[in-house]
Amino acid sequence: MTSLVGMQSLSKHFNGVVALADFSCAVAEREILGLLGPNGAGKTTLFNVLTGLLAPDSGAADFKGTALIGRPVHKIANLGIARTFQNLRLIRRITVLENVLLCFKNQPGENLFNVFFRPGLCKRHEAGIREKALELLQTAGLADKANDLADNLSYGQQKLLSIVCCLAADADLLLLDEPIAGIAPEMAERILAIIADLPNQGKSAIVIEHDIDALKGIAHRMIFMDAGRKICEGAPDDVLNDPRVIEAYLD
Amino acid sequence: MEYAAHILVVIGIYAILGLSMNLIAGFAGLLSVAQAGFYGVGAYVAAFLALQFHTPFVLNLTVSAVVAGGLGFVVGGPSLRLRGDYLVIATFSFQVIVLGVFTNWTSVTGGPMGLYGIPPVHVLGSAITSPLGFLVLVAATAAIVLWIASRLARPPFVRTPKAIREDHVLAAVRGKNVARTKLSLFVVSSAMAAVAGVLNTYYMRFIDPSSFTVMESIFIITIVIVGGAGNLYGPIVGAVVLVLLPEILRLMGIPSAAAANIRQILYGLALVACMLWRPQGLIGEYAFGREATPK
Ligand SMILES: Nc1ncnc2c1ncn2[C@@H]1O[C@H](COP(=O)(O)OP(=O)(O)O)[C@@H](O)[C@H]1O
Ligand SMILES: [Mg+2]
Repeated sequence: MTSLVGMQSLSKHFNGVVALADFSCAVAEREILGLLGPNGAGKTTLFNVLTGLLAPDSGAADFKGTALIGRPVHKIANLGIARTFQNLRLIRRITVLENVLLCFKNQPGENLFNVFFRPGLCKRHEAGIREKALELLQTAGLADKANDLADNLSYGQQKLLSIVCCLAADADLLLLDEPIAGIAPEMAERILAIIADLPNQGKSAIVIEHDIDALKGIAHRMIFMDAGRKICEGAPDDVLNDPRVIEAYLD
Repeated sequence: MEYAAHILVVIGIYAILGLSMNLIAGFAGLLSVAQAGFYGVGAYVAAFLALQFHTPFVLNLTVSAVVAGGLGFVVGGPSLRLRGDYLVIATFSFQVIVLGVFTNWTSVTGGPMGLYGIPPVHVLGSAITSPLGFLVLVAATAAIVLWIASRLARPPFVRTPKAIREDHVLAAVRGKNVARTKLSLFVVSSAMAAVAGVLNTYYMRFIDPSSFTVMESIFIITIVIVGGAGNLYGPIVGAVVLVLLPEILRLMGIPSAAAANIRQILYGLALVACMLWRPQGLIGEYAFGREATPK
């Protein structure tokens, strides 16, 4: 298996608080990595570093052979990394469909020159992505909400939408931060099914999730981290049977 | 008739200024107080060219828009990295500097006395000197500016500014080049404001620095907020309302010396009324300053 994304000795601290300490790992193509750890372990910080929102104190990361650290946020996204946020982030004042459309890459109509001098190109491309966006919403079961404001969706639907957005971006790596936390079982099932299907579409994911049973069902491999460090790594059953993990989750 | 045409010309010029401001304040949610500066740049460049080189209106209009757009690029590059209060301070600095240049570079701008004796616009060999004739010119120019704004106000282009005004971090995470988008809008906006300045120059045929102060910038912002930020036609509604509002005083027979002061109060009241009861403006969809980025 070739590695899609690699992290080498990433460290980050916030005024004395250790968020990442010498953290290294790799994710292969078509692999789903489950990331476990207590609150404050540094899981979200890892996503923030990978997506360029935070600069690490030291360490390196690469994606498809391109160095990530120091690269602007939008350029990292355009390499093919998409993410969701633990505290659910959407553009709330535009419609569900517009949220999905926003995520498509390389839209000619975003360029000022094209807007005025190549309107035909912009229009054709827009029609194309509109069709794809509706298809994605259809598959996710959100088609009937396409023209509602994103803000008017239920919490679960919003979480689903944030994953549809990652699909629209056609990213090769999805970073999903607690994708099913706090939502009804039926919606969680739908979201888990989408995640489980990612490898079939040639995509990889790192999934942070506290629901161990759910994570076990979709992850090929797991990492347990605490205080910014990788404590153990391996097949889901091995990690979940590790005494340090059991101890952490019994507390 | 003359009077009505005059009022409509003024509305037209402010509508263009409002449309230009709406591109950055309405669509991208950025507050700049430099709009009158760019308005003035357009006015002075056109006046200077017309007086010194006797070049025709269309050429002067083009050069003014390009100069202001270029200046917008230079000022916008560093300023637009700033947000909120800091962007206000950066654009305010530019506004102060530009006004200082207008007032002090006497050999070019005429200093506090301004520039006068600007030749009228010639169309097909005949000079346009009546408000009615000028109204046609203003209406045609405003229509072109509206068309340009309408191209930017619809998807796909408008999606990114809308995303930026709500959550610029998320916009970047979605792969959008936030800096480039803001700068594009700022440059177009600066050029548009300059177009209004050129019209003002040719209409008044006299300019001085007093038309381009920060108070004028604030008036332009008021037009956008009262009319409705983020709505394509909001600034037009705002311009109509705010230009007509003080005319009511005139109809009521209030002497013009008092009217000038009362006008400022009216504008202030309109702005406060909007903020209290209708933050999205008369026909707007976006409550300016109320939908800041979540942290
Ligand atoms: N932007 C920040 N500023 C200061 N401290 C932070 C910041 N982000 C995270 N932290 C701290 O870093 C540690 C790891 O946080 P986080 O990565 O959010 O953990 P997790 O997602 O595993 O719950 C926590 O102690 C948290 O308080
Ligand atoms: Mg977290």
